[in-house]
Amino acid sequence: MNDTVMNLSILQLSIAYIFVLLLLVIFKSRGIKREKQILIASTRMTIQLTLMGYVLMFVFNNPSWWLTSLMIIIMITFAIYNSINRVKTKMSKELKEIIAFSMICGALATATFFIIVVLQVRPWFNPQYFIPITGMIIGNSMTGIALGANKLCSDIEDKRIEIENSLMLGASPVVATKEIVNNAFDSAILPTMNNMLTMGIVSLPGMMTGQILSGTFPLTAIKYQIGIMLAILGSTALATVLFVTLGYKTFFTNDNRLK
Amino acid sequence: MFEVSNLKFKNILDIPFLCINNPITCIVGSSGSGKTTLLRMLNKLNVPDNGGIIYNGKDISNMDTLKLRRQVVMLGQTPVIYSGSMEDNLQIGLYFSKRVPASISAMKESLTRVELDKCLSDGCGNLSGGEKQRLCLARVMLMDAETYLLDEPSAALDKGTEQFIIENLSRFVLENNKQLIMVTHSEQIAEKFSNSIIRIENGKVIEAY
Repeated sequence: MNDTVMNLSILQLSIAYIFVLLLLVIFKSRGIKREKQILIASTRMTIQLTLMGYVLMFVFNNPSWWLTSLMIIIMITFAIYNSINRVKTKMSKELKEIIAFSMICGALATATFFIIVVLQVRPWFNPQYFIPITGMIIGNSMTGIALGANKLCSDIEDKRIEIENSLMLGASPVVATKEIVNNAFDSAILPTMNNMLTMGIVSLPGMMTGQILSGTFPLTAIKYQIGIMLAILGSTALATVLFVTLGYKTFFTNDNRLK
Repeated sequence: MFEVSNLKFKNILDIPFLCINNPITCIVGSSGSGKTTLLRMLNKLNVPDNGGIIYNGKDISNMDTLKLRRQVVMLGQTPVIYSGSMEDNLQIGLYFSKRVPASISAMKESLTRVELDKCLSDGCGNLSGGEKQRLCLARVMLMDAETYLLDEPSAALDKGTEQFIIENLSRFVLENNKQLIMVTHSEQIAEKFSNSIIRIENGKVIEAY
């Protein structure tokens, strides 16, 4: 087994852009007006990843707790901003704050636990481990919260009459929205669970692939992948449950009326 | 008993004073006159911009909302059926208001009172509009509240069934010393069954007798 990864030249990488050309041809031939968006998306991805590569090189070469922390703060800030933007319904300021709180507590707590207790990385701020692992956890929590928030906001809007009917009969807001809150949590966690069902059969997941490509022994890569998937499950669950159990309250006044 | 004073709510309601102290009161008026809004105020689903509402001597703005709504139960215009069987839908009001579940005989009696010929284990998926409305009415009657606020409880019923249901409802209220405040589109029902009628137009009480 080769224990070093093959370097990719710029020329080799540029050949991969043929897939973008392919998509442009498909869009054009079918009359789908998305050419501009795919060009922006692939350009942004290239620039962002390239910049990130140079930043990571700097951080890896200068490991320190404050640099690692700064990277995490930047990542989580973008994730919070992204989660909020992915919610189609207009949200109150309170609800956005709860997204931020849930993301920070859920994702960071899980990532810290995984790195310090499970992986036992020393020092804890080793950027080679902390940044990519926390990034994966934050990214998946972001998706989970966005799904949960979309479901919660849309269901509360669609089921106003049912919620008010429950209030009329003396239900507290927590009881009146119990099913809605549970459904929001369920819809957030389901994609992660479905992913776990097909993992290793339909596709090899990204982290494992990357490690194997870089020469890591497959059985070691698998252990990391299993561990990270469990951490992702935990962080998505924790972040989303925090969001839905705090978030539903923002739809009610202090005297239990639906806003 | 309710006392409304100097009540203003947006440009929907403007009631200087109103006393609702009879066992059965009907609120009538044209569509959009503010009847439902007034009812919602009594259940604290809306709060006034100005003025206040007193219930049995207590200002409802200072009352615990859940406690008020468990004494003053409301049935909205749109019948809401929850998932589950007829029994689940009958019990849910009691569950919401933290009351003891009803017995089988009590549930059967409530269905008879609204002329709903269904088994407790039947599903609710295929109920007609009228049947849904009757099920919701049976649900609230099981709750043994002090006061019932009913918004068009017989709107989806034919005249014959409407008479029967309202007659049973009135009997239930009078026999059990309850209070009923009902919005109705039917002047005939209001005249026949109520002790007092309140007529609202453009958010104002134009007649109360």
